[in-house]
Amino acid sequence: MAVFVNGVIFEGVDTAAPDCWRLEAYMARGGYQALKKILDNKIPQEDVIAEVKNSGLRGRGGAGFPTGLKWSFMPRSFPGDKYVVCNTDEGEPGTFKDRDIIVYNPHALIEGMIIAGYAMGCKAGYNYIHGEIFEAYELFEEALDEARKAGLLGQNILGTDFSFDLFAHHGYGAYICGEETALLESLEGKKGQPRFKPPFPASFGLYGKPTTINNTESFASVPFIIRDGGQKFLEAGKPNNGGTKLFSISGHVNRPGNYEIPLGTPFATLLEMAGGMKDGKKLKAVIPGGSSAPVLPGEVMMELTMDYDSISKAGSMLGSGAVIVMNEDVCMVKALERLAYFYHEESCGQCTPCREGTGWLYKVIHRIANGEGRDGDLELLESVGNNMAGRTICALADAAVFPVRSFTKHFRNEFEHLITHKKALVDHKWC
Amino acid sequence: MLSAQSLAKIDRELAKYPADQFRSAIMGALRIALVERRETGNTPEERCLNADVIEFVANYVGIPPVAAYEVATFYNMYDMKPVGKYKLTVCTNLPCALQGGVNAAHYIGEKLGIGIGETTADGKFTLLEGECMGACGDAPVLLVNNHKMCSFMTREAIDKKLAELE
Ligand SMILES: Cc1cc2nc3c(=O)[nH]c(=O)nc-3n(C[C@H](O)[C@H](O)[C@H](O)COP(=O)(O)O)c2cc1C
Ligand code: SF4
Ligand code: FES
Repeated sequence: MAVFVNGVIFEGVDTAAPDCWRLEAYMARGGYQALKKILDNKIPQEDVIAEVKNSGLRGRGGAGFPTGLKWSFMPRSFPGDKYVVCNTDEGEPGTFKDRDIIVYNPHALIEGMIIAGYAMGCKAGYNYIHGEIFEAYELFEEALDEARKAGLLGQNILGTDFSFDLFAHHGYGAYICGEETALLESLEGKKGQPRFKPPFPASFGLYGKPTTINNTESFASVPFIIRDGGQKFLEAGKPNNGGTKLFSISGHVNRPGNYEIPLGTPFATLLEMAGGMKDGKKLKAVIPGGSSAPVLPGEVMMELTMDYDSISKAGSMLGSGAVIVMNEDVCMVKALERLAYFYHEESCGQCTPCREGTGWLYKVIHRIANGEGRDGDLELLESVGNNMAGRTICALADAAVFPVRSFTKHFRNEFEHLITHKKALVDHKWC
Repeated sequence: MLSAQSLAKIDRELAKYPADQFRSAIMGALRIALVERRETGNTPEERCLNADVIEFVANYVGIPPVAAYEVATFYNMYDMKPVGKYKLTVCTNLPCALQGGVNAAHYIGEKLGIGIGETTADGKFTLLEGECMGACGDAPVLLVNNHKMCSFMTREAIDKKLAELE
């Protein structure tokens, strides 16, 4: 896997060096200095949280919620157990950044989680890792052992009265466990079905205790913020969009991979970094934030910068930072059919609108793609979507509807052509 | 029913969670049981989980068998159906499909003479399509027996990999 960087998490990480993930290499890059700084100076919990707030860090898992604000919701003085949980259940199609973090720089995540545990008074943490990257899970467990042996985890960390332990837990093939309350259920050894909210995890989380859940990249950004200051992190990006961010680029580019760049970088620059369009083909469409984000036409994308505000103004979402690039040879009906199948397959089935609705969306898009579409099918898709979005326990239903709405909006002629002529406008081949 | 080594591994899983929350260890415990079945089974039937194994694991962890069964059936990497010595799962979700994932799955099927979801007559290979494995930049990607990920699976790489799997 290629990682191309100009950012805070991968700074100084030589991904070609087999030992770059080890504790020793991390220490040599200035690792665990943030934790030492906190413990040596007995920095108060609220100051740590304030620093994270100042950094402008927004959750890297998809929703972009300010991390410092989330941490401040935790009842720090609650006397019982509290937990911090990391979401490495990366399964949003197009996203492959968190795996690279735990494979090449796991101690940045471990240090970030220890700091989070300190700031919120938690006794333990868990990192929930996507089952399909089992080798990365095993490596992360080794990194945890290193940290434990060095006195960075467990009782009396670095000889202070602060204790915190951290463990890895793996998923085993269920996209829905990326949703934070499904993840908690799964961590408790149950089916991964999302919980009704409220109560929110900050009051009723893992084992019913106050819990904060963040994405891998969010936690891994924290050591830099504490060591070098929230202001420096903020300045690395742009106002309200602090820091650098990992973008996973896939699809029709010459160099798919992870690119850690300042938020606010023009999409055109990112595309160029990724080697430009493969075989010199024309850019047709981009999904800028993982499969759940609305698709945008290529011309629109070329005018945007890669940050939360710019992408959302254009009607999509920065989401997890997964940028799926499609060229002129892609039939948008075929592309949407593949995504609709995915959401249907992964619905946990608890809510009727989602269970039935994802099935309908797939069925209708499938028949359109096969030249069996009927007059009124586009209206049918719209009404099925309207009956799903916002009416379910979790956001998977919305995630299934956004692509349908945006594909049929921006590329309506391809759908209409297939319905009328029973033949695709674009002669599609899966390369 | 499980080896002492597998039980020791399950004990390590149990130690990760608070003493009264042993249920959390069921996911790891079922995975450990499945790996042992796969490594010691001689037929597709012997390589997957079944009611007896699940009940044994549930009792060992200390939860009702039905709770363990629910977990084994909810998560799709726990093989509940007979499976070849090598289970090959190719990602065909959109990002991978744009980079040759669908073609890779078809090519493997052609070479082995089976369709998606089928097992070769000698019980050696099972071919499946999978959803995003969080490795789209390395497409086409292929998982062998749930845990070994193979990246950049061009036709040549597939030829080589299949020849290696004995
Ligand atoms: C269906 C669904 C899947 C999700 N998958 C992931 C995921 O794989 N990784 C992740 O970090 N967040 C995922 N999320 C978002 C989480 O629920 C949660 O918002 C996030 O982990 C919070 O961390 P952050 O604030 O640091 O972003 C998903 C949400 C939904 C509704
Ligand atoms: S919206 Fe879908 S995935 Fe989410 S809880 Fe309801 S049925 Fe499950
Ligand atoms: S789409 Fe295949 S690994 Fe992500």
